[in-house]
Amino acid sequence: MALPKYTETRYRIWHYTYLAICGFVFFFLIAPLFVIFPLSFNAEEFLVFSDGMKRLDPDAFSLRWYEDMIYGTKNPWGLAAKNSFIIAVFATIGAVVLGTVAALGLSSRHMPYKGLIMATLISPMIVPLIISGVAIFFFIAKIGLAATHLGIIIAHIILGTPFVVITVTATLSGFDHSVTRAAASLGSDPVNTFMKITLPLILPGVISGALFAFVTSFDEVVVVLFLAGLDNTTIPIQMWTGLREQLSPTILAVATCLIVLSTLILVTAELLRRRSERIRGIQR
Amino acid sequence: MSSETQKILTTDGIPLEVSLKKAEKKNKIKAFLLVAPLLLFIIITYIFPIGEMFTRSIDDRMVTNMLPKTFKAMETWDGKELPPEEVFAAFLSDYRALAEKKEHGKLGQRLNKEKNGFNTILKKLWRKMKNFEEGNAKEQIMEIHKRFRDVKYWQAIKRTAPPYTMAKYLKGMDMYYDEDGKVVQVEEDRRIHRILWLRTLEVAFFVTIFCFLMGYPIAHLLATLPMKYSNLLMICVLLPFWTSLLVRTASWMILLQQQGIVNDFFVWIGLVGDDNRPEMMYNKTGTYVAMTQILLPFMVLPLYSVMKTISPSLMRAGKSLGGTPFVAFWKVYFPLTIPGIGAGCLLVFILAIGYYITPALVGGASGTLISNQIAYHMKATLDWSFASAMGLMLLTGVLVVYWIYNKLVGIDNIKLG
Repeated sequence: MALPKYTETRYRIWHYTYLAICGFVFFFLIAPLFVIFPLSFNAEEFLVFSDGMKRLDPDAFSLRWYEDMIYGTKNPWGLAAKNSFIIAVFATIGAVVLGTVAALGLSSRHMPYKGLIMATLISPMIVPLIISGVAIFFFIAKIGLAATHLGIIIAHIILGTPFVVITVTATLSGFDHSVTRAAASLGSDPVNTFMKITLPLILPGVISGALFAFVTSFDEVVVVLFLAGLDNTTIPIQMWTGLREQLSPTILAVATCLIVLSTLILVTAELLRRRSERIRGIQR
Repeated sequence: MSSETQKILTTDGIPLEVSLKKAEKKNKIKAFLLVAPLLLFIIITYIFPIGEMFTRSIDDRMVTNMLPKTFKAMETWDGKELPPEEVFAAFLSDYRALAEKKEHGKLGQRLNKEKNGFNTILKKLWRKMKNFEEGNAKEQIMEIHKRFRDVKYWQAIKRTAPPYTMAKYLKGMDMYYDEDGKVVQVEEDRRIHRILWLRTLEVAFFVTIFCFLMGYPIAHLLATLPMKYSNLLMICVLLPFWTSLLVRTASWMILLQQQGIVNDFFVWIGLVGDDNRPEMMYNKTGTYVAMTQILLPFMVLPLYSVMKTISPSLMRAGKSLGGTPFVAFWKVYFPLTIPGIGAGCLLVFILAIGYYITPALVGGASGTLISNQIAYHMKATLDWSFASAMGLMLLTGVLVVYWIYNKLVGIDNIKLG
């Protein structure tokens, strides 16, 4: 972004103003996440930087809130984490299977009423979450699965499939269908062709869809608040309760763990995206 | 030559056209069968329940089912003067049946909403009706309380006869049916829902504007920087995007509290005194700041993906033809980014209008939005039909936004990452 030598002064000024604005916005986006890190190692109970922390005094830092998170008495985080992972894993599997199969059908040029069906399939993503929450609650309550893991898993499959459908159809849009025809002409049956030819090629799209579905389920709080009973508490529910009642440093310890998790997911998603772009031959 | 001989045949002797159509149909069925499981799943678990929200929101069959004989007898009553003996007799018989099932209390509560004071006189009727003599129900009931001699109470019953009502929708707009069945507005100081609707629109609108103003420059920077720098900066957008909503809300709660870092900073640069730190949380400021940061990635990503496709030579061409950089930007670059602007604004607006968690945590009382009200009626008052009605009103609003968007930009122009 170096400016040419002949740039007039006023454009030079504007250019640096523009860079300053951008710098501010990036700071605004990322800085809040980094406030949580140091405060979660606070030795004191207050959510402000103590004088000791400002002096970088080692005594002002401790792991006590992480210990509280794991070993603390009557601590809900263990159960919540277990539930969150179980629900998210099964919801992801359900969403990926249903979504990938549907995306294969949708990408076929023979598919009738494509627009209408696509709109129906991704509707859970475009309808405000609170409305989805009410509707899904009515359904789950009617079939008697309120306050069960299965009920929440079904709810999260509904919310997760649109992401899988979108990412997989996007990957399939650059897919060369002649390779499956080649496989068929060489005597492969459709299932074999899918497993050996199609799936490996669209895998990046499937996995990034799965990541979306996983994160959707793992972070979801609106629908779960309607559905969950005491035994189905999840990390978002515990965070929500904690934030409403008393913002404790233990929550910040949990939040730090969640940020680490999301960083891992981000790295995976980015690597996949680049790989899939390479496969599709998109040059940037 | 006849047309028969012109047809090309396949090796089986079937005309090619027929054979192709058959294959086409087979492919169609195959494609549809692949989509069918998810389509059925979504329709059963999601589309039908939204329909159920509608029937629930207009459902008013409770009284209809409780007083079947009364409504049958009322069919011939013109509703101007006191109803005839048959209506009284039918009402008494219905009420006795309800009392046996111990459901008479519910009727009293429901009718009390229609006309104040109904519950009291029904309770009185319940106590006295054991001593009633056969026949002559009209006189005996009217004896119990003077309100039974008032035609307005009977009109109130008649009004509950239709199995469907729009009352919940009217309530959502701070209106109700008065005693004559006319639609009237509630008193000025009790119009809470209208305030909430307006506030929701206002917050969604301004958050969209803020996101656009902040998102456009950085999307442009990301799209024009060399890859190795932009990838690094992209993390600043993607990390918040992948981070839990509650984590980001929590960090804003820490930052914006009165002893928080933002206030510390203001004190340090001398903007405010240490003893009168401004309250930045539990009001609209908190809602705006937190929601803008949380929704900003949804603006940047579509903008970025559109800007990435715009060739930098277009701007150079604009400048070489004599435009100043500003003119070249405004006349060449900006119009090309409109699909991205549309997609970003649509996404942010729709997400903001249904927002619930962040306003509930950092918004305080003045930051409550319509979604919070829906959740409140779902979980606290258990008035599910009212929650459904408000949810559907919100949904209608969202669909109108989509429709306008489709007219202006075209829904196919949306680009997501």
